[in-house]
Amino acid sequence: MLRVDAAQGAGRLACMKLWRSPAARTGASVAIATGLYGVSFGALGVASGLDFWQTQVLSLLLFSGGSQFAFIGVIAGGGSGGAALGSAALLGIRNAVYGMQLNALIAPRGWLRLGAAHVTIDESMATASAQADPAEQKRAFWVTGVGIFLLWNVFTAVGSLLGGAIGDPKVWGLDGAAVAAFLGLLWPRLKAREPAAIAVACAVVTVIVVPFVPPGVPVLVGAVVAALWGLFGVGKADEGLEPDVEPPHRANQGHDLEPGSGDERERRMP
Amino acid sequence: MTTWLYILAAGVVAFLTKLIGYLVPARVLKSKRMTRVAGTLTIGLLASLTVLNTFANGQQLTFDARIGSLLAALIALLLRAPFLVVVIVGAVVAALLRLAGLG
Repeated sequence: MLRVDAAQGAGRLACMKLWRSPAARTGASVAIATGLYGVSFGALGVASGLDFWQTQVLSLLLFSGGSQFAFIGVIAGGGSGGAALGSAALLGIRNAVYGMQLNALIAPRGWLRLGAAHVTIDESMATASAQADPAEQKRAFWVTGVGIFLLWNVFTAVGSLLGGAIGDPKVWGLDGAAVAAFLGLLWPRLKAREPAAIAVACAVVTVIVVPFVPPGVPVLVGAVVAALWGLFGVGKADEGLEPDVEPPHRANQGHDLEPGSGDERERRMP
Repeated sequence: MTTWLYILAAGVVAFLTKLIGYLVPARVLKSKRMTRVAGTLTIGLLASLTVLNTFANGQQLTFDARIGSLLAALIALLLRAPFLVVVIVGAVVAALLRLAGLG
């Protein structure tokens, strides 16, 4: 009896800590902001020709905003499933880098590793690494990651239902919404001259090859250009690794892997 | 049916990619080059997807209402609008341009 009370007490204490933790609150606000735009993914998913459950399974299993938008973007453009899979997979490679860094930061053990891996995305990485205290890093990571997973899936369903109900997606400008969504995902990553140059180079090459290769392949050509640039060009090591929704208190810092490399971020492009 | 296979495969590949980071020894992935390519790939792919969704129609390049969406989204981002507002602006502009008989 005494033990049960003690367990309940400990649980209540943990809840209190989570409620009072600044990292958990930051995580919750990032989760709400990010989760909400699951609506746009759901609507664009059904507009691209996928059905309700196909769109939902992308949010449940693929669960990485950029990769999900890439998958439906290629499908909407008439690309093959293979090309959609390829671009989604390539866009997910940065999550492996996050996984390695989070493994050092929060060191999940046993089965928790599988859960941690699944909610390893731009935002959970960014909010966790913004914290100095190890306990706060853990809270930030789990609250952001799990919070986004839940809200993102709920709002994907809302978006799919809305998108399915409105009929011809073109009349409502949903193809224009997809354009805006990709530019919005790209934007936080263009804070210096080099990433802007990479973006322009890849955009130009993509447009040039469109008439000559099957739909879906131009994106992969753009990926090759970007990878070659990364391999042989000289520049910052963490270019492009920014969250879509930045944690509030570090809005002007960018995402630094090394201390002292933040000043370059202050010069906003354009 | 094949669409389902690709969706499930994409999910499995994405999960394994994330898991690799937790399972391999840090020094294997901790090269600057790996981090850098992951970053430049992200920028390049998103840029490609942006122009592709603006100008491509299958294997043809077309100029239609989506260009209006691109410009409107750019303005919204310069004004520091949140992501969801940017997406809605993109949709509204394309819809209005079509209503006006353009694109």
